[in-house]
Amino acid sequence: MNLDLLAPEISLAATAVAVILLDLFAQRKGLLAIVSVIGLAVSAGFTIAMYGDPSRTIFNNTLAVDNFALFFKLLFLGIAALVILSSVDYVSKFTRFRGEYHALLVLSALGMMLMATATELITIYVSLELASISLYVLAGFLKDPKSSESSMKYLLLGATASAVLLYGMALVFGTTGTTQLGEIAQQVQTLGVQGVIDNPALILGIVLLIAGFGFKIAAVPFQMWVPDVYEGAPTPITAYLSVGSKAAGFAVILRIFSTAFGLPNWLSLDWGIVFAVLAAIGMTVGNVSALPQTNIKRMFGYSSIAQAGYLMVGLAAMGVASVGETIGQSTILFFLLSYAVANLGAFIAIIAITNKIDSDLIQDFSGMFKRSPLLALALTVCLVSLIGMPPAAGFMAKFYIFSGAVQNELLWLVIIAVLNSVISAFYYLRVVKVMWLGEPASAEKVPSSGALRVALTLTSLGVLALFIFADPIIKAAESAAKMFGS
Amino acid sequence: MDSGWLLAIILLPVAGTILIAFIPGLSERLIRYIAALFTLVSLILAVIVFAGFDQSIGGIQYELKASWIQAINANFHLGVDGLSLPLVLLTAFLGFIVVLISWKIHERVREYFAWLLLLEASILGVFCSLDLLLFFIFWEIEVIPMYFLISIWGTGRREYSSIKYVLYTLFGSAFMLAGILSLYFTTEPHSLSMVDIANRSGVIVQSIMPAAVIFWLLIIGFAVKLPVFPLHTWLPDAHTDAPTAGSVMLAGALIKMGGYGMIRICVSILPNVAQDFAPLLLALAVISVLYGAAVTLRQTDLKRMIAYSSVSHMGFVLLGVFALGEVSLTGAGLQMVSHGLLTGLLFAMAGLTMHNVEERDLRKLGGLARQMPVIAIVFSIAGLGSLGLPLTSGFAAEFITFTGAFSSTIVEGVEAYTLLAAVGVVLAAGYILWMLQRTFYGPVLEQYNGVKDADKLEKVYMFAFVVLILLVGICPFILTDVIQLGVSPIASLIGG
Repeated sequence: MNLDLLAPEISLAATAVAVILLDLFAQRKGLLAIVSVIGLAVSAGFTIAMYGDPSRTIFNNTLAVDNFALFFKLLFLGIAALVILSSVDYVSKFTRFRGEYHALLVLSALGMMLMATATELITIYVSLELASISLYVLAGFLKDPKSSESSMKYLLLGATASAVLLYGMALVFGTTGTTQLGEIAQQVQTLGVQGVIDNPALILGIVLLIAGFGFKIAAVPFQMWVPDVYEGAPTPITAYLSVGSKAAGFAVILRIFSTAFGLPNWLSLDWGIVFAVLAAIGMTVGNVSALPQTNIKRMFGYSSIAQAGYLMVGLAAMGVASVGETIGQSTILFFLLSYAVANLGAFIAIIAITNKIDSDLIQDFSGMFKRSPLLALALTVCLVSLIGMPPAAGFMAKFYIFSGAVQNELLWLVIIAVLNSVISAFYYLRVVKVMWLGEPASAEKVPSSGALRVALTLTSLGVLALFIFADPIIKAAESAAKMFGS
Repeated sequence: MDSGWLLAIILLPVAGTILIAFIPGLSERLIRYIAALFTLVSLILAVIVFAGFDQSIGGIQYELKASWIQAINANFHLGVDGLSLPLVLLTAFLGFIVVLISWKIHERVREYFAWLLLLEASILGVFCSLDLLLFFIFWEIEVIPMYFLISIWGTGRREYSSIKYVLYTLFGSAFMLAGILSLYFTTEPHSLSMVDIANRSGVIVQSIMPAAVIFWLLIIGFAVKLPVFPLHTWLPDAHTDAPTAGSVMLAGALIKMGGYGMIRICVSILPNVAQDFAPLLLALAVISVLYGAAVTLRQTDLKRMIAYSSVSHMGFVLLGVFALGEVSLTGAGLQMVSHGLLTGLLFAMAGLTMHNVEERDLRKLGGLARQMPVIAIVFSIAGLGSLGLPLTSGFAAEFITFTGAFSSTIVEGVEAYTLLAAVGVVLAAGYILWMLQRTFYGPVLEQYNGVKDADKLEKVYMFAFVVLILLVGICPFILTDVIQLGVSPIASLIGG
């Protein structure tokens, strides 16, 4: 048993426990955030130490430690750390449960890391529940009616999605007789094209898996929960949901569909087309619904549905690609990273602003440039990245993911996607317009804590750095995706 | 040949932007001087590069190539040839002049000059890029500064015009991006280098897309920018509502990116497709010329009138490009530079008139030649150049374009298109003379007694404009010799 391979996860679990214990004794609650971030950093240290080693599996092939998992682990750790930094101001308003807040955040990060590591259906399901249940609680943390409604909706719909997922897993298990992804792949290949066609239960199982994970990544038509949950949840948790939960969903989809259902080609072609259609509908629905929004958190809810659509362009390319081709996977990895940095940056700026003005309405951001130029500039950079314009990470991500699609003859999908980017420019730029052109409601500066400023600096510079120094990151994404090519 | 020159020309305005934006506590005066200094040095470097361009060799010079993203084979690849060099010079010139034009801006000065310099840098980048990804990035970056310039410092319906400008541009570039990606995958090994793709134009692998589809995806992006009827409707709004410097940059340098892109990418990479579709594009050119001119005749707003005249004049560029002859392409290149100077000056003068008189409605203006003689004279020179008076750059450019197009043997029936387009010159005489007459001549109006004429600084840039317009008009070979070096390899692809 190579327990040392689990060092990142074990250290994270220890951190969660330590935070809860510390909460009992510590007088200065600020310590909780510091301990959590240190725990995340230690875990990241273990992860980086393992990076580049050959792939290994542990616990009877239920967990895999490979570059793909490590890439995602670092992503989740970074996301969690930024969310904790950006919560510092927010959490100081709480009178109770500050220890639980941090512990739950760390635990959900742990769940997401295990999701990226798991190579067996039941383990995947358990990790997913660990991440989800923590998030259900976090969404309701404010305990006001809106937050409670948000949490309740998320819990009910999330539980339904989990049930659908479990049903799909059961069907796959029923037809293949195993829950190991690698063994499922062998079974499916033995069945061959005719065997798969003769096995409607397997196909139904795959469809249910798409539905279950579609909920996690906010893919149409499983996106109904998004705007309400995003609006009601505490803003740092909204940020966390929009990037962490989505990335974890994609991690699992990538692993399952690349490993278990990658062959025969006929099968991957089929689910590739399903993802292509979902992508086209998702982007369009998300972008068009975002247009009339007046609440910025709702707007970001719809925009995250659209972003999931762009990401699924990569899934479509992955399905359509020929055997051994991993451009779909690597473009998704890079896109997820760029999206996470830009979306988190935008949310951190929004948290700083809404802390002061106490409103989520876009019109109340009026004149923010005059009140706090750097904050407005950072938010603008992140929004430009989300539109997918240079000089920001989002542009490279879109260029890269669309290039993968064009290579696999999905030009029609790319044209829909680029036109959708034009639609998205309209609502993202509306926020920019209000901030730069509007008159400020008061001349008061918008204060922000040191932690928030650090997080904002990291993300907005990260957005630019991912554009200029895209080369090493794309290479890392390629090497992480390469393991699916063999 | 030193390779850092172009990089310096592009990076100087960027450095200016960064200094202006992030050094706290700069006075307005100092900001203006910084902006002027950085753009002036950039202009001087551009002149040196122009002078140092070896005309006996031609081809691409001042090349700079560094690997950027290996996964998609993208390089940071700069260089100029005879086609792009005059446009780089034009942009650097206008970039400096608009700083002088903006000397009287007092609202949010710091941001204003930061955006203005970034705008110049991105346009320069477009003309210098030899890599499709880099080209597209500069093409897109330009949108953001222009958006802010129009929406914050503009007039009239500025918010509407600015977002319309952004959406039109992004709409066009969305197709262009799809086109670039398709182009990328038609080459083996995949390449984003314009030079490599063009060199291999004969053996493009027929894989994903028919070349015609790629051609149209690309040309939509360029046609929005040029602009070509029916994708031109953003132009009058944006030009009219932009601040003076914005209009000068838009009309002077920015829309030239469209014509440049058509020659550099559409024609030189897909020459055969260009030849197939030339009649259709020539027809659009004629429509742009005539429709643009007809609409111009009906305008009553000073700036809107000049804006619409651009639609008509850029139609000549389209005519020259898709007549596909060596002479007509040279004419198109010269027309772009000439239009940049003339319309730049027209907008500068219109801005000055509006600023001093505080009136832009042609029906209410009149007799200003008495009250502001210097502006009246320079405005008239620019107007006469624009209608193609001999000895001005307008004459040289239009003459070469029309003779080149008429004598081109590549496209059948090009003579008819040329003759129809030439009617646009007559219409231009009509609207420009009417505009000058309404504004400056006729009875002197008392309410305008005491309006200011041009001050010293304004006389300086007027003088610079007029000198260049006459220089290009009298000695067009300064530019045409260079442009010809750039377009003759392209024309030879088609056999013209």
